[in-house]
Amino acid sequence: MTVTTAGELPDGTYDVVVVGAGVVGTAIARELARHPLRTAVVEAANDVGDATSKANTAILHTGFDAVPGSLESRLVREGQRRLAAYATESGIPVEPVGALLVAWDEEQRAALPALAEKAGRNGCPDARIIGADEVYRREPHLGPGALAALDVPGESIICPWTTTLSYATQAVRAGVDLHLNCRLHDVSRTPDGEGDGHSLRTSRGTVRTRYLVNAAGLHSDTVDRALGHDDFTVTPRRGQLIVFDKFARDLVRHILLPVPTALGKGVLVAPTVYGNVLLGPTAEDLDDKAATGSTAGGIAVLREKGRRIVPGLIDEEVTAVYAGLRAATEHDDFQIRAHPGQRYITVGGIRSTGLTASMAIAAYVTELLAGAGLGLGEPRDLEPVRMPNLGEAFPRPYQRAELIAADPEYGVLVCHCERVTRGEIRDALAGPVPPGSLDGLRRRTRARGGRCQGFYCGAEVRELFDERAEVQRG
Amino acid sequence: MRSERTVDVLVVGAGPAGLATAARLADAGEVEVLEREARAGGIPRHCHHGGFGQRTGPQYVRKLTGEAARAGARLRTSVTVTGWAGPLTLDTTSAQGLERITARAVVLATGARERPRSARLVPGSRPAGVFTTGELQQTVHLHGRSPGTRAVVIGAEPVAYSAVRTLLGAGVEIAAMITGLPRHQAAVTDAADTRLRRRVPLLTDATVAELLGRERLSGIVVRHADGRRAVIACDTVVFTGDFVPDHELARRGGVLLDPGTRGPAVDSAFRTAEPGVFAAGNLLHGAEPALYAAREGGLAAAAVLRHLEGAPWPAEQIPVRTEDPLGWVAPQRITPGGPPPPYGRFLLRTTRFLVRPHLVVHQDGRILHRQRLAHTAVPNRSFAVSGSWVGAVDPRGGTVIFTAEQRSI
Ligand SMILES: Cc1cc2nc3c(=O)[nH]c(=O)nc-3n(C[C@H](O)[C@H](O)[C@H](O)COP(=O)(O)OP(=O)(O)OC[C@H]3O[C@@H](n4cnc5c(N)ncnc54)[C@H](O)[C@@H]3O)c2cc1C
Ligand SMILES: Cc1cc2nc3c(=O)[nH]c(=O)nc-3n(C[C@H](O)[C@H](O)[C@H](O)COP(=O)(O)OP(=O)(O)OC[C@H]3O[C@@H](n4cnc5c(N)ncnc54)[C@H](O)[C@@H]3O)c2cc1C
Repeated sequence: MTVTTAGELPDGTYDVVVVGAGVVGTAIARELARHPLRTAVVEAANDVGDATSKANTAILHTGFDAVPGSLESRLVREGQRRLAAYATESGIPVEPVGALLVAWDEEQRAALPALAEKAGRNGCPDARIIGADEVYRREPHLGPGALAALDVPGESIICPWTTTLSYATQAVRAGVDLHLNCRLHDVSRTPDGEGDGHSLRTSRGTVRTRYLVNAAGLHSDTVDRALGHDDFTVTPRRGQLIVFDKFARDLVRHILLPVPTALGKGVLVAPTVYGNVLLGPTAEDLDDKAATGSTAGGIAVLREKGRRIVPGLIDEEVTAVYAGLRAATEHDDFQIRAHPGQRYITVGGIRSTGLTASMAIAAYVTELLAGAGLGLGEPRDLEPVRMPNLGEAFPRPYQRAELIAADPEYGVLVCHCERVTRGEIRDALAGPVPPGSLDGLRRRTRARGGRCQGFYCGAEVRELFDERAEVQRG
Repeated sequence: MRSERTVDVLVVGAGPAGLATAARLADAGEVEVLEREARAGGIPRHCHHGGFGQRTGPQYVRKLTGEAARAGARLRTSVTVTGWAGPLTLDTTSAQGLERITARAVVLATGARERPRSARLVPGSRPAGVFTTGELQQTVHLHGRSPGTRAVVIGAEPVAYSAVRTLLGAGVEIAAMITGLPRHQAAVTDAADTRLRRRVPLLTDATVAELLGRERLSGIVVRHADGRRAVIACDTVVFTGDFVPDHELARRGGVLLDPGTRGPAVDSAFRTAEPGVFAAGNLLHGAEPALYAAREGGLAAAAVLRHLEGAPWPAEQIPVRTEDPLGWVAPQRITPGGPPPPYGRFLLRTTRFLVRPHLVVHQDGRILHRQRLAHTAVPNRSFAVSGSWVGAVDPRGGTVIFTAEQRSI
């Protein structure tokens, strides 16, 4: 079990190195872990899932509105099935709340039949159009003016943080090396005589590998160019989101989607598995791949739209505002390509459905690696993982008498807003893939993520984190 | 697997209000105070400065804790009340497990907190180094950690000056204090001392437009009233004041809240709309000083004792509210024939500075009371208005309304 955060990288040659430990890179690593291979993941950040994979809308899509026949549509559908099953097995919170795609004017209503038909072709035969009466019966706090809706029962909400962490945990437990704080600078071919493959120059020295997988998200185009390809350019498309207080949760029962326009999927209102309500995302094309800040304009636009969709929402307090960057490209599909001669697979442009598609992408990339000549060996079943539950639909430790009786630390609350116990924080800090920052700890436990944002528990949580870091430094 | 018990009075929260309530309930039978923190005392635990009578916060906590214990109350810390299982039944979690406790009277004394950056919708990045005063005080005074090196303090009411004191004591340079109002809202001596002797500049009519920095805060963007923007370099920002009652339990229990204070609406005997449920302290109004919260606790205890003796819960109450520029009034219910408000006064807040305003209280167009305030009404600080007129309220009439008449400055 190896996670490194500093120092030189190991000598020798890996069979596969995956660049990027987002939800896609970790899913690939987990899939490769089933095979007798020497696999490593190199990640620039101090944690897994620290880029786009932590800042999305957290929906497990059915793919009902994908472009039929595209690679994305296939991988989203297959990924949805795989991840739904995996989530249940691994304790990743997921709730099949269903979606309503609400038509607010005649033009939108007129678009519903075509969307229903497309949903059918995308493998969602149970999607159907419902009238205003049923819409308001099922969603009583919806703003006035809804004419009809497309009901898509299969759409679910999921915990994106636990998903990535679960993949990474399983991969690391099965022998994959995870090298954090390790940015890939450039790639060269290994000199003759040292085996065919790649020599990767990173911020932590050089590492060699026979096969290379580029899952670098927003930087997948840069890495692709380093290998001599000019197939796509990533234009970060920012999505700002507002998280409303848990008091808002009773206002919303489904994922409330707008009818998509040429400009994108539009602004939705959705519950989260943590018991909050999300409003967003915006869609802003930028040129800065680090522009994950929120803006006054973005917040204002979202509140305006939210007021129309669920008026009561705007009266509730805001718990958090965040932004994520979609890895959009000039193409209308994922950019997954094998370059067998180079022993290299590009996994780029995984823009707005990568969480859902992750497991299917991983299976597909593994096939591509085999096609490029990598001998996979006999696959084996991975040891199952059971992740700590962060979801409100399932019992949390503070509610479990038997757990507290066995270990009283699960009865001592530290973060009061999110009801996080000292036992959970201890476990996360000692976990196989420990957090690199307080934010990483929040993504593993929810500590400090609630309405007070640390007024009550911030200092204590930091103390627990620092104590652990000090112990590790010796 | 929940153990069930009954007690006479259950007090939720062992801050000044809850402890003071318990201290006056020696005659109430079995009294239990539940506190989710490891130590009793609430906010004053981490106010390492004077101003609590002749004491510092921690000294004041020792006094209150002793008084509650001497009155025979059972004080339990590290016990969190997680929700309601009935009108007077609460569920708890602690290291001892899960409990379900039913009482004859429940007193909510869960306090108030500052609204953090996100609730204030301040845009920008999400770096480390962003505090509220509560987190700052705990970081420095309870954990002995350094918050940063150069700070900006958002707010200029009394708690903002406490934040300044904590920062300077921890060796942090303060680049500026910033308030959206035209002047500070603290004691004149505190404000003058901070500006002149400690040389902390106060930017008035200014707001934070953006936070900058990736991992750690690198600066903030200030916007002035005329639209000018400027960057102030800092690695720490403290959002102070802007209090909101910690009303989660009240709201989850269906207790009616007042839209002004956002705490439970209560009458002059600290009774909420739910029979048997009382509320006291800063849960009712963020934020009054600790001594005031404690005094309310004492008064609430008297009302609890009357309730235990069988005094009826009022069925009909007259609501009380304010009109702009007034922000809120407490208490917000008048029980016909009930006791006068605490100390015979209503507490009020204004949203703007008002120089010696005329305050008018009316009901259905009939003036009940008129009073000229002898001083300036200052936002973020309460002022009192006599409640001598409550006997004249029409028990069958409509809402009693407080208005202020004064040119705003
Ligand atoms: C606003 C928004 C809403 C979304 N909503 C949904 C949704 O509801 N459902 C859904 O399924 N999907 C959604 N998505 C899409 C989903 O979040 C992404 O498709 C997915 O997170 C992409 O994962 P990734 O691993 O490719 O990228 P990332 O998470 O960005 O990971 C890439 C990693 O590579 C690392 N890296 C980059 N360059 C280097 C280098 N040179 N060396 C080392 N490491 C490097 C980065 O540090 C990063 O950790 C949404 C996206 C956004 C922005
Ligand atoms: C940062 C800050 C600085 C201040 N500085 C001063 C000052 O210098 N001087 C001054 O006079 N006043 C100050 N105040 C005002 C302060 O609020 C009062 O001093 C006083 O603490 C109010 O007392 P209280 O009992 O109403 O609430 P609190 O002191 O807030 O106590 C409430 C208690 O309830 C507990 N609680 C809440 N929910 C639950 C639950 N579900 N289960 C169990 N326990 C629960 C909390 O843990 C807390 O201990 C300050 C306030 C703040 C926020």
